Amino acid sequence: MSTPRFSQSLQRFWALVVKEFTQMRRDRLTFAMMIGVPLMQLMLFGFAINSDPKHLPTAVVLADHGPQVRTLLKAIENSGYFTFVGEVRDGREATDLLNRGGAQFVLHIPEDFSRRLQRGESPSVLLEADATDPAATGNALGALRTLMVTALGADARGPLAGLAPAAPVIDLRVHPAFNPEAVTQYNIVPGLMGVVLTMTMVMITSLAITRERERGTMENLLSMPTRPIEVMLGKIVPYILVGYVQVTLILLAARLVFHVPIVGNIFLLFALTSIFIAANLSVGITFSTIAANQLQAVQMSFFFFLPSLLLSGFMFPFRGMPPWAQVLGEVFPLTHFLRIVRGIMLKGNTVHEAFPHAWPIAVFTVLVLAVGAKRYRQTLD
Amino acid sequence: MESPLAIDVQGLTKRFGDRTVVNDISLQVRTGEIYGFLGPNGSGKTTFIRMLCGLLRADAGSGTCLGFDVITASEEIKRQAGYMTQRFSFYEDLSIRENLDFVARIYGVLDRRHAVDQSLERLGLTQRSRQLAGQLSGGWKQRLALAACLIHRPRLLLLDEPTAGVDPQARRDFWEQIHQLAADGLTVLITTHYMDEAERCHRLGYIAYGRLLARGTVTEVIASAGLTTWSVAGPRLPALAVQLRVTPGVQHAVAFGNTLHVSSDDAPALAAAIQPWRTPEYQWSEVKTSLEDVFIHLMSRAPDNFATP
Repeated sequence: MSTPRFSQSLQRFWALVVKEFTQMRRDRLTFAMMIGVPLMQLMLFGFAINSDPKHLPTAVVLADHGPQVRTLLKAIENSGYFTFVGEVRDGREATDLLNRGGAQFVLHIPEDFSRRLQRGESPSVLLEADATDPAATGNALGALRTLMVTALGADARGPLAGLAPAAPVIDLRVHPAFNPEAVTQYNIVPGLMGVVLTMTMVMITSLAITRERERGTMENLLSMPTRPIEVMLGKIVPYILVGYVQVTLILLAARLVFHVPIVGNIFLLFALTSIFIAANLSVGITFSTIAANQLQAVQMSFFFFLPSLLLSGFMFPFRGMPPWAQVLGEVFPLTHFLRIVRGIMLKGNTVHEAFPHAWPIAVFTVLVLAVGAKRYRQTLD
Repeated sequence: MESPLAIDVQGLTKRFGDRTVVNDISLQVRTGEIYGFLGPNGSGKTTFIRMLCGLLRADAGSGTCLGFDVITASEEIKRQAGYMTQRFSFYEDLSIRENLDFVARIYGVLDRRHAVDQSLERLGLTQRSRQLAGQLSGGWKQRLALAACLIHRPRLLLLDEPTAGVDPQARRDFWEQIHQLAADGLTVLITTHYMDEAERCHRLGYIAYGRLLARGTVTEVIASAGLTTWSVAGPRLPALAVQLRVTPGVQHAVAFGNTLHVSSDDAPALAAAIQPWRTPEYQWSEVKTSLEDVFIHLMSRAPDNFATP
């Protein structure tokens, strides 16, 4: 009894999918948008937007606890670019922290730091930087280079006075991880994947149901034996496919045009992308249950898209934003997706590191869909 | 097996906020009958039809449609009824064939391709099957909508002002088809504003302000109103109409081309009232009361429950 019912349901769902694709093919403008937007944005955002983020979280590996080290750290923190978030034990822990995005920098102070300084030799320090986003680290690195000359100036009086500004007192070695050549596109292009998906997925789905209502076809659809869930899924599934076409397009461009390395597992990326696409589609569907007409649907889409874009860390480095904006930014799926994409493509993140960024998207999706389903039922009657 | 009543509902009521749009309507429609539903705009016809096919939930009332409970079994009703909305509600960016194909898929029609071909053939749309629905004229859109409503071979057809904006020839063809379908056993509930269409129905219901005010065959409806109607021809009829309307004993004075129809449900009072104007200048004759006279009469007497007190 339940099997023929299910197959009937499947048949109705499939009818909607076929219809949706036919309409998609016919609606030249929307079709052009779906293909054109990713391409256009890729070209436009070839330029980076620079900013000057400060208080970047920095961890330290201290093999030496001497007074000069403390002076150095103090001076570094006083520059405003760095905020020390803690001490890690060794290099492995440091790498792990960078991988997870827990810190932007890890500063290594070798054990012979004070001794070499006292002997009048130039001690060296190592700075590991998460250089995924060159804009986020550039100014901080510049400031640090200057500091290496002047930081210990006050302590270099007396017997050490002769050393003062002659040569760089401390030898700073920077190890920019993930994007050693500071290529802006490495950061922008993967991020663009999230931006394009957010823009097109939300807008297209918010229009899809509103259009049915505005053109009066919703009444017809409801008078046929279709269930709400069939209509919703029939609307969502075709656009998940569209989303994957866009992702593939951008990844191809990333590899072939911008030569962005893809370090991690591409299948993991594709798999996690589905959560992100679902999140955006749920926003679109929910908007379409609220919007009275297509114009409103577009307006609502932009209302969602702009803060997503600005607060996600795509336009400006996330850590450059004031705390309240960071809190707000954490709400948007795009923020988390950017971390996933950059993590997988540039850092070679695995499921283990990507998961903490994936579940907030899933929670967001469920909450938004709940609102949408509630609204959808109300509009039936 | 077939029940004699396709629609049998009692006391159906629908409120939107504090407005009662459909007020306690009971209606019986026999299987294979063409039932005309008449009434002014906003009288609740569309709302009533939407309740029948499960698009809206009734606030009160009960009954069956095709033998299924209208409150609880709307899914079964949807499966076996065809509903043609007032406004064209198929996809303008799909071709005629694609629209029919979509509907056939939704209803799970067996041998879909054949069913679509047949439906195109029957409606004379085969030549235009690739044309986008949005490019069709009103008459063709109506044909398409009807074809789509029939593709799953429904037992009941609910038509909401199907002929609005359609030329007389297309209307005539349409009614030919409706009668053909009814002869084959399909039950049809149709709303209309046209009197000639009302007269083509087997039975009628007149609804105003959410209430069913009259029902029966055309003859029954006219007889039940008990109206006497006089026709008058002559000069300056508009001025005469204005005067007659304020004359006690005259209930309606309505222009009908070159004549004026004057009517009342009190025949002696009416005869007395028109006496002063029975001069050689005017030609008076008592005529058969038309359906339209009855409806105008019913409408003017119905309390407007939407009017703000």
